[in-house]
Amino acid sequence: MTTRIWAVLQQREGKLHRMGWEAIAAAQRLADELGGSAEAVLLGSEIGDLAREAAGHDLAAVRTADHPLLAGYTPGGYVATLAAAIGAERPDFVLFPHTYQSVEYVPRLAQAIGAALVPEAIGFERGEAGLVWRRPILTGKMQARVRTRGAGPVLVSLQSGAFSADSRRPGSAGVAPLPVELGAADLGREVLGVEQAGGDQVDLSKAEVIVAVGRGVGGADKLAPVQELAALLKAEIGASRPVIDAGWLPRDRQIGSSGQTVSPKLYLALGISGAIQHLVGMKGSTVVVAVNKDAGAPIFKVAHYGIVGDLHEVVPALTAAVRESRAAG
Amino acid sequence: MKIAVCIKQVPDTEARLRVAPDGRWIDEADVPFVINESDEYALEEGLKLAETTGGEVIAISLGPERVREALRKALALGASRAVLLANTAFRGGDALADGRALAAAIAREGCDLVLTGSQSDDQGFGATGTVVAGHLGWPHAWLVMGVEVEEGGASLQVTREMESGTNEIFRMALPAVLEIQAGINHPRYASLKGIMAAKKKEIAEPSPADLGLQESEVGAAAARLEVLSVGFPESAAAAQILEGDAVSAAKKLVGLLQGEARVI
Ligand SMILES: Cc1cc2nc3c(=O)[nH]c(=O)nc-3n(C[C@H](O)[C@H](O)[C@H](O)COP(=O)(O)OP(=O)(O)OC[C@H]3O[C@@H](n4cnc5c(N)ncnc54)[C@H](O)[C@@H]3O)c2cc1C
Ligand SMILES: Nc1ncnc2c1ncn2[C@@H]1O[C@H](COP(=O)(O)O)[C@@H](O)[C@H]1O
Repeated sequence: MTTRIWAVLQQREGKLHRMGWEAIAAAQRLADELGGSAEAVLLGSEIGDLAREAAGHDLAAVRTADHPLLAGYTPGGYVATLAAAIGAERPDFVLFPHTYQSVEYVPRLAQAIGAALVPEAIGFERGEAGLVWRRPILTGKMQARVRTRGAGPVLVSLQSGAFSADSRRPGSAGVAPLPVELGAADLGREVLGVEQAGGDQVDLSKAEVIVAVGRGVGGADKLAPVQELAALLKAEIGASRPVIDAGWLPRDRQIGSSGQTVSPKLYLALGISGAIQHLVGMKGSTVVVAVNKDAGAPIFKVAHYGIVGDLHEVVPALTAAVRESRAAG
Repeated sequence: MKIAVCIKQVPDTEARLRVAPDGRWIDEADVPFVINESDEYALEEGLKLAETTGGEVIAISLGPERVREALRKALALGASRAVLLANTAFRGGDALADGRALAAAIAREGCDLVLTGSQSDDQGFGATGTVVAGHLGWPHAWLVMGVEVEEGGASLQVTREMESGTNEIFRMALPAVLEIQAGINHPRYASLKGIMAAKKKEIAEPSPADLGLQESEVGAAAARLEVLSVGFPESAAAAQILEGDAVSAAKKLVGLLQGEARVI
């Protein structure tokens, strides 16, 4: 029996999420590794065009669950649909992009069908211990190597960027429907609308220089030297989420997966540890500088230049050094 | 409203981490433990809802004896009772095993609403609350940034965070499970009076059997995920670290940003 691997894509308002391509790349690689076949699965309403787009890959098939009650995402609708499909088709592995959508419903799907769950995988390898997945723990400061136990399907969500979308193989696959039986009572929620989270938005996406502070800054009362440096560099101030949550800066300064995505020429990260949810918002920056008192902080892995030290000493020193070099130059 | 809040005790994010001798988890000796960040927000949300609806909060945690301290803090902040799943059979679970145990403890209390955090700062599954909901058969929502009880008290209006700074708003029926995102409110501080009162509050310690569960249904015996080893990630492209005291490192950096990188 060949191993069957599904990659569940994500779509919204007529567009496929780019992380679906990463899931296809991962499914193809896992199929190569295990000698199996990869298929893509897409849920929605009137998704024929999107299915044809997905079919341009080296896949055994694209399976579509097309139903009016799947027009918008709901955890109930997605769990009921996929539980029935997985029960009928029996894939061995089902890969999902690790997005705010799939994190919400995939654990419930695992619980409902008795599947094992590997959240936020960043890689896999096959060795003596069998198939081993790697995933971040302790907010990305460490990683765990894990394997699953027991029978039944394995559900895996894949961290953003862990598998390169560019490595996926093009091809041509057939599109085949999955049966869907849904009632309004299955959905679990009645969607009322969408709103902007931060109120009036400061647009950080066009900023050339961003000085960003993290929890390490220690309080709203300690921001003045940072603001002085930012003014000198004509920079916008940005922040990691805990700074916003604590009320030290307004929500529209947040950078990361639930905040803004930025790509300045220079990103100065002060007292930011470098969790993935922050990195996805700033990794497009040309030059990243990190100041952190912990030499092991993950931010140093994406930074080009780093200073290991207390930001309360380094920031005034930077301000002085910029002034000095301008006076000299 | 009777509200269960699931609280996990996790290493302080500032803690220095070392791999344990067996290589499968961190060495917990000398590590300071705190209430998981989003769970603090879940607790605050529960206390506020209990105050406005005239109800109570029951704090529930699965973990070793040290977790008693986190539950005492929850009691000091205003929870009326606590449940600690410290029996050794509960150890070593994954989100599926722990979610089942927590759900059984909650079912025994007869709650109308369950609040959890959105993600633990140690395992980071982002899954346990959702599994609890599955076992209870209740609707759930992850990354909740707003909760309002609707008139009549049978339903909730929930605001949920989506990617890139937008929120979705929807209606859900009660009973329900809400996984609270950090930043939803401003958690209160414990008062001296609260700390004194907490000393007299009950912390129940049920066994799996007390919850109607077999030992094979919880902890390591039920976990579908087995940790083989933990470690620090290998660095791919590490930063160029500028050595020296703050002043000399800052001077070097400014020189590089002007010269080599040409960004200022
Ligand atoms: C669904 C979800 C969405 C999220 N969305 C976002 C998001 O959009 N943006 C975001 O940023 N986060 C987001 N997060 C949170 C994220 O997981 C991290 O918790 C957060 O990014 C950590 O922020 P931090 O680095 O400021 O704090 P910490 O991780 O606490 O790090 C503080 C750092 O400061 C250093 N430090 C302390 N004192 C000093 C000093 N005096 N000098 C120098 N360094 C010092 C420490 O060594 C440490 O590295 C999200 C989390 C979830 C679960
Ligand atoms: N051992 C535990 N005890 C109590 N609550 C827990 C436990 N594990 C997870 N939770 C809850 O589930 C949430 C999500 O955790 P996780 O699935 O580990 O990311 C946490 O924020 C807690 O509210």
